[in-house]
Amino acid sequence: MAGLFANARFIVAALALALIVGVAAPAGAQQRNSDNSVNPTASAVKEDQLLNALKSGPGGGDSISGRVSIPDQKSGNLIQPAGQAWRAFHEGALHWLAAIAILGMLAVLVVFYLMRGMVKLENGRSGRSIVRFNAFERGVHWMTAGCFIVLAITGLNISFGKSLLLPLFGADAFAAWSQWGKYAHNYLSFPFTLGVVLMLLMWVANNIPNGVDIAWIKRGGGIVGNDHPPAYKFNAGQKVIYWIVVLGGGCVATTGYFLMFPFYGTDIAGMQLAQVIHATVAVLFIAAMIAHIYIGSIGMDGFSRSRPAAA
Amino acid sequence: MARMKFLCDADRCIECNACVTACKNEHEVPWGINRRRVVTINDGKPGERSVSMACMHCTDAPCAAVCPVNCFYTTADAVVLHSKDLCIGCGYCFYACPFGAPQYPKVGNFGSRGKMDKCTFCAGGPEADHSKEEYEKYGSNRLAEGKLPLCAEMCSTKSLLAGDGDIIAQIYKERVVRRGYGSGAWGWKTAYKESIAT
Ligand code: HEM
Ligand code: SF4
Ligand code: SF4
Repeated sequence: MAGLFANARFIVAALALALIVGVAAPAGAQQRNSDNSVNPTASAVKEDQLLNALKSGPGGGDSISGRVSIPDQKSGNLIQPAGQAWRAFHEGALHWLAAIAILGMLAVLVVFYLMRGMVKLENGRSGRSIVRFNAFERGVHWMTAGCFIVLAITGLNISFGKSLLLPLFGADAFAAWSQWGKYAHNYLSFPFTLGVVLMLLMWVANNIPNGVDIAWIKRGGGIVGNDHPPAYKFNAGQKVIYWIVVLGGGCVATTGYFLMFPFYGTDIAGMQLAQVIHATVAVLFIAAMIAHIYIGSIGMDGFSRSRPAAA
Repeated sequence: MARMKFLCDADRCIECNACVTACKNEHEVPWGINRRRVVTINDGKPGERSVSMACMHCTDAPCAAVCPVNCFYTTADAVVLHSKDLCIGCGYCFYACPFGAPQYPKVGNFGSRGKMDKCTFCAGGPEADHSKEEYEKYGSNRLAEGKLPLCAEMCSTKSLLAGDGDIIAQIYKERVVRRGYGSGAWGWKTAYKESIAT
């Protein structure tokens, strides 16, 4: 019994001590101004400190954010400096990348055409034509191709229009054209995506790389030199184009829909990233398609007769 | 000409949201759009601070730099405005803006983005001052009446300051000296590449 009392006394004493320390501690920790008045901002969040935390890397997050009492919860982002890097990409790197990829490809093709000319059929026409692609396949190809050209032009208008076309059109006409361009870019994305999915399904079996492709590449594919190496339905060059279309198309479609439907599954950082990927893949895609168009037209004999003569 | 700026003294802001309400009412801002909002950092913890934020009317404005139709312009008072007739609602200004200021009504195709809306520093838009068109698109034009933005004018604690940058910086500096503390001129470094020493 006495032991219990002793214990209780000890506990009371300990609690009293804790109380004194507990009360005294924050007072002691509080910073004081020079005139000894209390500084209520000693523990206050400071912008500088928060901005520095952002700089220190991913752990700091990508924005200074807090709570808002309005329904729009994403407006809780107070300062998000990442926009500066995105601006630098969009107004700088992207222009260079696009100019080098697209103009570079055109230059390479012009030089190649001047050196090689149109690749001719060695022994002329056989007089017979075979159906390589049925009407449905051709329809899908041209639907996708048509959408692609409009998407490419209206997309490049977003990147370069204000530098190239705005001075020619004037503000009002350029804005009207860009508005229609945006509608076209948005609506034609659906048939384009459908076309890419159908191409994936129709031709994937014929586009798996195999040993024949390696031999084909070793022999220059007939475009470099005058060889005519064998291939199945699609040669290695065509397979490369196929995978650029399927993978590149899948990539621009995915990122494009993130941009078209803001805040569905993304936040601002996600949309900035989606835009960077969309624009980068798009300009490389355009450069690749220019090469595809070249080979399919003036680069290779037979373009004008590629359709079955009597069908 | 003055160089107009906003300054929110977070040590005074009591998160009453009157600036938010005043803005919505003054400009008949549509449902779902907030040109101004109050963000509370460290909510409920010691050191919590609230900051009222809207478009800061940046120097070398990022929104204007990225706009694909160049629809932004800066007034003689350094207020960053835009033309809703030219805007195509692409969302790029929102990606570039450090303060999340641009807002979009959900009236575009598939309910995505309509024409961008943001704080005008109560300075209207490109239409004739006080015209019906200007009011419908951008809200009232208090600057043209010789008045400052309503949010700051009616702020009960005078936490939110709007006006010539040098003058509001001076007011803030004096406050900081008198009371001995200040958590900084929020957003100034990002928007104006300068800060007020505290
Ligand atoms: C397939 C679905 C696609 C979707 C959903 C899509 C969506 C978008 C969106 C929402 C934008 C932002 C500008 C705006 O609102 O108009 C954009 C920009 C752009 N798109 Fe697409 N797009 C698609 C396909 C393509 C394709 C196939 C190309 C290229 C051939 C392309 C090239 C571009 C370019 C170059 C930009 C501008 C990049 C910039 O300067 O920021 N897009 N796209
Ligand atoms: S705060 Fe945003 S919208 Fe306002 S001027 Fe700066 S970048 Fe543009
Ligand atoms: S949403 Fe409008 S104002 Fe903003 S960048 Fe696009 S076109 Fe310009």
